[in-house]
Amino acid sequence: MLELFRQFALELKASGINLTILYDAFDFERFVSGLATTCALVVLCTFFSILIGAAGATVLGLSRGPAAMLVCAYVALIRNTPLLVQMYFFYFAVGSLMPVGQNAIGLPVPMIGNFTWAVIALSLYAGAFNVETFRSGIGAVHGSYEEAALALGYSRFKAFRYVVAPLGLRFSFASLANNLVDLTKATTVAYAIGVAELLYVSNQIWSDSLNTFEMMNVMLAIYLLLTGIVVWIIGRAQRAMRLPGFGVN
Amino acid sequence: MKALKTFAFGLALGLGAAVARAETLDCGDDTLCKIEATKVLKVGTKDDYKPWSYRAADGSFAGMEVDLANALGQLLGAKVEIVKVNSANRFEFLAQGQIDIMIASATDTAERRQVVGFVHPNYYSSGYNILLPKKVKATKWDEMTGQTICAIQGAWYNKPAQEKFKLELLAFAGTAEVESALQQGRCIGVLSDDNLINVQLADPKWADYYMPLPTQDDAPWGIAVRKADLDKPWGVLVAGAIANWHRSGKLLELEKANGIAESAYLRKMHEALKDHLATQ
Repeated sequence: MLELFRQFALELKASGINLTILYDAFDFERFVSGLATTCALVVLCTFFSILIGAAGATVLGLSRGPAAMLVCAYVALIRNTPLLVQMYFFYFAVGSLMPVGQNAIGLPVPMIGNFTWAVIALSLYAGAFNVETFRSGIGAVHGSYEEAALALGYSRFKAFRYVVAPLGLRFSFASLANNLVDLTKATTVAYAIGVAELLYVSNQIWSDSLNTFEMMNVMLAIYLLLTGIVVWIIGRAQRAMRLPGFGVN
Repeated sequence: MKALKTFAFGLALGLGAAVARAETLDCGDDTLCKIEATKVLKVGTKDDYKPWSYRAADGSFAGMEVDLANALGQLLGAKVEIVKVNSANRFEFLAQGQIDIMIASATDTAERRQVVGFVHPNYYSSGYNILLPKKVKATKWDEMTGQTICAIQGAWYNKPAQEKFKLELLAFAGTAEVESALQQGRCIGVLSDDNLINVQLADPKWADYYMPLPTQDDAPWGIAVRKADLDKPWGVLVAGAIANWHRSGKLLELEKANGIAESAYLRKMHEALKDHLATQ
């Protein structure tokens, strides 16, 4: 089966379409590892960014004090600066202030690697957008729901936790899908700090084999597929939580 | 509104002029004819490969390759326009016509010859090696297996070094990022051109570094034109110019003037092509 695949790729090459990732073992290996890194980035950053978004929106929904100001400052700072600049800032500026260990030959080695910095930068970036997404969802829930919950004896926190937030979440899905699709595509920026994700490995491959045209098309197709999967999963979650009258159904 | 109209008019005028100009240059695919008609030679060069091509303190381009570009411009009586390229985009820039010629320390390889036309003779030669801190006591490449080494995205030796010696490469877009990463200990050394490492080592900034491993895969660099131009007047003219530079010793002179140690390749080429009647 694999041999058949290889033969097909070599025939394609003869006809002018040079997909080295299908017949060159080394290129195949690095491409697959790049794809895996991209998927890991998407999954981890989605998880942390939703966590950050939920925490931020909760703070904004429940308090007006210094904690809320802190969240607002975070959103303003992250949302108003380019992701690439943040990535460089975390990796080269903040990274140089972090503790260093030592490797076997006695050279200093930073404790936090480039992949971790990419996860931190991307999560904070998408997290800032998610804060606003969840806040707008919560804002769309009519005040009477909270009042009704309070009248039934709920505390403010419990009313938020059990009534307002679940309803607000349903208003947030469309915008959340936007943010997560954007995050999926934004993982390519990790390339700037040498994280071996899809764009990075593709760049290496087309630099060696000069099959830029083919690799660009492969990249387009793969990102289309990845964002498609993200949208599909969010769609599934949305349908599972469907509640007529709340959010777009 | 008036400003907008003026702008639109200006734009239309500019476009019209451009079309008219293109029509008067009935050169077809002949790049040499186009250069002679426009009196502009667009050369693709890097800006971070000191001393071959870099930006001088005043922002202008300088280096051995820029000197070669200027020599070509002088030969053609054309104004030299330097276009900044990098390792990862230089072949596309040439193939798509953004530049007429590429002098960007590109090693002449079989894969690359399928995309652009390398003009012969070659004008320089180098292999790859690793710049290491003196703390690292290594004499064989095998000792580098599994180590994280910084590199430049798009360099031809990234793949063989990974395949042959199983290095873990951490590649960045430019030399500035590579140097920061090295200083912060993100990699133990830098995979690079052996000539470039020699030049770096001459600088006191790199006093704590050395190049203990034997250089690998010494291969010649080529000046490239578009494939269609290779056997046409443009390619042949450039080939003749390079041969003359070898014969006259201009390449050796430029190498020296730019502070690079004499390379065996240039000496060999000069000996082979030099004027047999010239008095010693």
